[in-house]
Amino acid sequence: MIHTDILIIGAGPVGLFTVFEAGLLKLKCHLVDSLGQPGGQLSEIYPKKPIYDIPGYPTILASELVDNLMKQIEPFKPGFTLGERAEKLEKTENDNFKLTTSKGTTIYAPVVAIAGGLGCFEPRKPPIDNIDLFEDKGVDYIIKDPLKYKGKRVLVAGGGDSALDWSIILSDIADEVTLVHRRTSFRGALDSVDKVMDLARKGKINLITNAQAVGLRGNGVLKEIIIEEEGKEDYSHNADNFIPLFGLSPKLGPMSDWGLRIKDNAIVVDTFDYSTNIAGIYAIGDINTYPGKLKLILCGFHEATLMAQSAFRYIHPDQKLSFKYTTVSGVAGF
Amino acid sequence: MENMIDITVIDREGKQHLLKAPTDMSMNVMEICKSYELPVEGICGGMALCASCHVYVKSEHDLDEPSEDEEHMLDQAFFVKSNSRLSCQIKITNEINGLIVQLASVGGG
Repeated sequence: MIHTDILIIGAGPVGLFTVFEAGLLKLKCHLVDSLGQPGGQLSEIYPKKPIYDIPGYPTILASELVDNLMKQIEPFKPGFTLGERAEKLEKTENDNFKLTTSKGTTIYAPVVAIAGGLGCFEPRKPPIDNIDLFEDKGVDYIIKDPLKYKGKRVLVAGGGDSALDWSIILSDIADEVTLVHRRTSFRGALDSVDKVMDLARKGKINLITNAQAVGLRGNGVLKEIIIEEEGKEDYSHNADNFIPLFGLSPKLGPMSDWGLRIKDNAIVVDTFDYSTNIAGIYAIGDINTYPGKLKLILCGFHEATLMAQSAFRYIHPDQKLSFKYTTVSGVAGF
Repeated sequence: MENMIDITVIDREGKQHLLKAPTDMSMNVMEICKSYELPVEGICGGMALCASCHVYVKSEHDLDEPSEDEEHMLDQAFFVKSNSRLSCQIKITNEINGLIVQLASVGGG
């Protein structure tokens, strides 16, 4: 059980900077993110891309901005719960919020700041009609324990690093590994591509290119995968497991059930302080919407700053808040 | 109007939209679709780093070949066909005047 002043959902740039602005007001923060590392989109989608519109930085790599933010908030000793999705949010008797994560961690706070960006990154599911029926019954979007596939006939779909790497690893564990990819060339570390090609020549990986999995069949558990291959009639391939690895895409997820006002996949806020329709819950950064909204990191920083002031007044209605410049008093951590 | 070209976008319901696009604002087809509030996500903002602006090119325009980055992202998309492109990688130039694109299904997710 964790107690904090501001529970921040989303450890992207805006969530991270909230720790700084809250810290100046002596408010402690705890961050939750479904990804395993801080930085959100900056770490997950474009770590090596330069950003040109951060004031004071003519150019900065996304990953450098995350590193800098982590350094900037260090004095305020934020807590992190990473790799866990914010699942359930409820009000407790003493007017706190209680968040439960996908792994059962509980966090209590009087204020919640949702800095969830585009939502939670979740594996892309192939648009196969009955795929839901076979989830955990042969279909896995994430490989947690490769040894689970010992003695199994596995079909991996995809053409990126994870599809290549897992095919290589599983070729030593599973009974049979088939890799299906929509074209003949792979983009992935050259070394992995070479290895897969080599294993294919040796018959350790059954490589099917210019093809995709289009159907699943089974009786309670997965038995066959229908393959559509260029220049051939669709055919069935026997397999115990189907592992589609098509990267991650963001989804609003459980947040949409928390009673917040939502418009076009974003949370509606009041631009006075970025508060939502529920007192004590704020939404900042890419996840919120208001007239004139721009999805920019620098706008998110501004939103986080105003939000922190409002959160202070909400938590301490009886205290006077005096505004100080960091140039006057410096940054005193906890 | 000068510096303006026409682009036709067929939405997922089959409805055609005629878009006017400026050639002098370094825009791409994804951005034009978004400015007309057509249902194109463009999550990554046009860096060919997501596959949420997937379209099919329906006209006979001679577009630049997709880059390796774009091909790689198309690997992560679904319903990919030989005329699939990421609309953020199609720049608005005079050469594509009259372009017709159809929005791909978002299916699966």
